[in-house]
Amino acid sequence: MTARQRADRLAGLAFVAPAALTLAALALYPALWVLWLSLQQRVPIFGIARFVGLDHFAFLATDPRFWNAARVTLVFTGVSVVLELVLGMAAALALQRQRVGRRLALSLLLLAWALPSVVTARLFEWLYHPSAGLVNIVLGRPLNWLGDPTLALAGLILADVWRTMPFVALLCYARLLTIAPEVYEAARVDGAGRLATLTFVTLPLLRSILLVALLFRTLDALRAFDLMYVLTGGGPANTTETLTVYAYRSLFQTLQLGFGSAIGVVIFVLVMAVAAVYLRALRREGAAA
Amino acid sequence: MRTRRWAGDVVVLLALVVWATPFFWQLRTSFTPDGELLATSSALPSRPTIVHYTAVVERSVMPQALGNSLGVAALTTLVALAIGLPAAYGIARLPVPGKGLLLLAVVASTAFPQITTVSPLYLLMRALGLRDTWTALVLANTSFALPLLIWLLAGFIREIPIEVEEAAFLDGAGRLVALRRVVLPLVAPGVASAALLTFLASWNEFLFAYTFTATEASRTVPVALALFPGVFEVPWGDIAAASILASLPPIVIVVGLQRWLVRGLVAGAMKE
Repeated sequence: MTARQRADRLAGLAFVAPAALTLAALALYPALWVLWLSLQQRVPIFGIARFVGLDHFAFLATDPRFWNAARVTLVFTGVSVVLELVLGMAAALALQRQRVGRRLALSLLLLAWALPSVVTARLFEWLYHPSAGLVNIVLGRPLNWLGDPTLALAGLILADVWRTMPFVALLCYARLLTIAPEVYEAARVDGAGRLATLTFVTLPLLRSILLVALLFRTLDALRAFDLMYVLTGGGPANTTETLTVYAYRSLFQTLQLGFGSAIGVVIFVLVMAVAAVYLRALRREGAAA
Repeated sequence: MRTRRWAGDVVVLLALVVWATPFFWQLRTSFTPDGELLATSSALPSRPTIVHYTAVVERSVMPQALGNSLGVAALTTLVALAIGLPAAYGIARLPVPGKGLLLLAVVASTAFPQITTVSPLYLLMRALGLRDTWTALVLANTSFALPLLIWLLAGFIREIPIEVEEAAFLDGAGRLVALRRVVLPLVAPGVASAALLTFLASWNEFLFAYTFTATEASRTVPVALALFPGVFEVPWGDIAAASILASLPPIVIVVGLQRWLVRGLVAGAMKE
């Protein structure tokens, strides 16, 4: 090893060490600690802290509220992610030809994405007001969006789609801009019409970025908390209570730190499993391309 | 042909204005007097007013919350940059032992659900006596800001041709001098993008701030907005004004600093 290589190794360690220690303390350590917490009965206000093994998980397996929250989480994630991908792709295709006012267009598009989700929740709470909300004014019907168990989840999904479609649109739009004009020229020369160009040229080129968007959006939707907590608080009748809201209420409203952590661990496993599946698909995609 | 082009562009812009309606509607509400709020009869209020803004500024915790959010987001960004920039350089350029493991930790921690780590972090903040302080929020936000920043910056540094640095070494510059004189200026736009995203994520963060704060001494904007008080009825106009104030930094970033924002967002997704 030369002096230069030795110096580089040392410099590398010195450069990386603060970040490694910070991540260990603020991410790795809490991730392990939560596993330990999930095996305990912990109710701080009563000074209860004892080891209960897998009891919480056994309870969750037969807990109807847990299965309801799991169902709500999956419906919320599935429906909003599909809508976001479809609408985002459509928006990107519309933007692709934009010549005038591109910056204005991107500003209008990204506005919804950049706002704090608590603001989004407040926006939609007012839009859904039974008598004075814009949604009902437009529909001409007095629907109680956030109070009706059959409507609340749809209302919540709509707010999420509004907020995150722009993210998908931006990724697709950025990918579309990298497609060389010659590709379209060649398709035109070959006699491909608009539909054929879209199906056989544009969409295949969007595949990998759509997969990335799918990964990011699914993970974020599974982890989402702010929007439903502030907009509906999980109600009415728990019809919008996701796993994250159930976990939060257990942790900090009924103050069962152990039980709430167990739900947190379930969410963690779910998110990591989804990430692993997608990453494998992405790698295969990378190998194929 | 030319007019058709224009028409298409205008249609797209109009569609985007419609998409942004929820925000514009809140903007309208924030200038609408209470008497007109529950009986909308026109697109614009007949007698626009700023009473909701004066109410929020003079009689709510929003001004203090805005200060807290600004401070916490700025400090989070600075701390994460100070720790993350050298780490990103090390990962991109230097032979660090255990680099693969560190990268895995970085990627995995960007996917950590906050709801999972909130309970141990809560116990940690309590044990350290940090509840209801800026420090608690800066530390907690660093847990998601740092991996994001390292990931983005390492990508930007890899884009710089290695020859530029090697040329500096040939001229006798040491690692640190090359880093400061050559790498830093070239990666500055990337640093700006990554810092913007970090600031925005920290400004918008709700769960940690909601859990670790107890009073207006440290409550951030999203928390103040979520807890916005109503005595007998919901003060829709005041809430609208407060949400517009909460949206100002994101709007400045989207409209004024769009180039850097877009660059950062796209870079995060396009690199594998």
